[in-house]
Amino acid sequence: MAGKSRVGWVILGGGIAALAVLAYANAGQKRGNRDSAPGHTARRRRWGDYAVEAYTVTIARPGSELYAFWRRFQNLPQVMENVDNITEDGETTTWTIRAPMGQTVEVKTRIVTDQPDEVIAWRSIEGSEIDTSGKVMFADAPAGRGTTVTAIIAWDPPFGPLGQIVAKAAGREPAIQARHELKRFKMLMETGEIATAHRRPAE
Amino acid sequence: MRALTWQGTKDVRVETVPDPKILNPRDAIIEVTSTAICGSDLHIFDGVIPGMQAGDILGHEFMGRVVDVGPGSTLKKGQRVVVPFTISCGGCFFCTEGLYSACDNSNPVEKQDASEAAFGHAMAGIFGYSHLTGGYSGGQAEYVRVPFSDVGPIVVPDDLPDDQVLFLSDILPTGWMAAENCDIRPGDTVAVWGCGPVGLFAVQSALLMGAGQVIAIDHHPRRLELAASLGAKVVNYRETHVAEALLEMTGGIGPDAVIDAVGMESHGLAPDRLMDRAKQAVGIGVDGIHALRSAIHACRKGGRVSVPGVHGGFADSFPTGAVMQKGLTLRSGQTHVQRYMPSLLHRIAEGEIDTTFLISHRLPLEDAAKGYQHFRDDQNTWTKVVLKTPASGWTG
Repeated sequence: MAGKSRVGWVILGGGIAALAVLAYANAGQKRGNRDSAPGHTARRRRWGDYAVEAYTVTIARPGSELYAFWRRFQNLPQVMENVDNITEDGETTTWTIRAPMGQTVEVKTRIVTDQPDEVIAWRSIEGSEIDTSGKVMFADAPAGRGTTVTAIIAWDPPFGPLGQIVAKAAGREPAIQARHELKRFKMLMETGEIATAHRRPAE
Repeated sequence: MRALTWQGTKDVRVETVPDPKILNPRDAIIEVTSTAICGSDLHIFDGVIPGMQAGDILGHEFMGRVVDVGPGSTLKKGQRVVVPFTISCGGCFFCTEGLYSACDNSNPVEKQDASEAAFGHAMAGIFGYSHLTGGYSGGQAEYVRVPFSDVGPIVVPDDLPDDQVLFLSDILPTGWMAAENCDIRPGDTVAVWGCGPVGLFAVQSALLMGAGQVIAIDHHPRRLELAASLGAKVVNYRETHVAEALLEMTGGIGPDAVIDAVGMESHGLAPDRLMDRAKQAVGIGVDGIHALRSAIHACRKGGRVSVPGVHGGFADSFPTGAVMQKGLTLRSGQTHVQRYMPSLLHRIAEGEIDTTFLISHRLPLEDAAKGYQHFRDDQNTWTKVVLKTPASGWTG
């Protein structure tokens, strides 16, 4: 894919933003783990050449509210600190993502599934610098605890498993970003703000 | 502003640092009048708490006046408040269950990774403590930024002086929850290891909850005296064989509930303590749990073990056999301060609980470092240090 060699491993910086949705992300379940656990928790959870990661949070708000926030992609930089900019042009969304050493990468996606209050799935298209897909799912949580939000991400790691290890060491692997972004999303939805321990604004 | 900063093991200094500002809508800025040094601050001072950074402002027991509020705060400028040491959002599952110290949303996201890896789940934010709990600037300072100020701080009436209400911030509710975790039934015997502030407040609370006898264990004569003055029977472990004494004082049954109010830097005379200490000294992060081992050993069959003492890592030779074979129940946790503040403030206002007996020394904030050294080294007589800022008007 064009641009892939240029950006190297640093392109993994996008977390969920970089993710486009893998419509078939429960692949692990179909590939051998025979227990009741979600497929994305399988010890061997690759999907073809793609790495798969997922993370779930419970948010004490109605699913419709959470879906509405997420579906308006312009909102997402509030919880995705590595996303500089999001532009929408027809069916194509372009995510400008900050990478180490002052670089940015552009991920281009289109929505492949959109079921209000339930699921948004997306996939990268021609011209994207990361080959990725993903989805975010909203479901009623048990015992009136609100909504469980699961993000599943599949991506083709540049330079394979080695690149993935380097990215992980740099804290920029999609799994780490996804966890952080979902937690920020939860904070914003439950409290109206995102926790910071700073004492004063950055100089 | 002036603030007490941690610089390294056994190195704390009062320095001039930039004032805090409102950053989030629900923030308030508190001008501190009184702030205390906590026994858990001594764990930081001693360098056994991981995740500290040079320059961190310590202190999680503080009160003062509201001087600035964000648009989402329910406080008003000029109100006098006591601030809980735990930071809690009030809206997550845990807060709505009353488990405020388990709040999901108060520890900044990037700070959650460490405790999530260490403990399986991320801890909530705490003022003036390790970066595992957020690395928030603490209250041993002239001003503090208080997040979620609509949930935590409790407004106190002007006719109750600072020294009567300051300990609502941590040690009084912590002692109270320690006793509550004992499920005390009328006539029960409760044994308390450690007569520091939390142990003493646990003694007081257990008696208020209907314990028949409370036995307090320590080796500092002055601290045992304070426990006795509250109505406890006392045992000095340097003079008495604790396990034998507890059996004899309970008709051979053992205490119905035991409280470890000592935590990870347990002292003691037994060999297990020496091994724990040796491992701590070479930095392999072993909690000293001599007090907890003794408590579990002494507890009666089917009894309750309550652990308010601070533990942070792993422990060797934890008596799993005694826990299982005797069918013990173990309860612990950082204190859900917000849950207990209103009722304890009421008890203070009614004269049912007095906390001022504990205060042995009052110092200006400028002398905080001296306070740390004495609180650590002169435990017999330095039972609690309260620091006063210029804003308090305190003149000694």
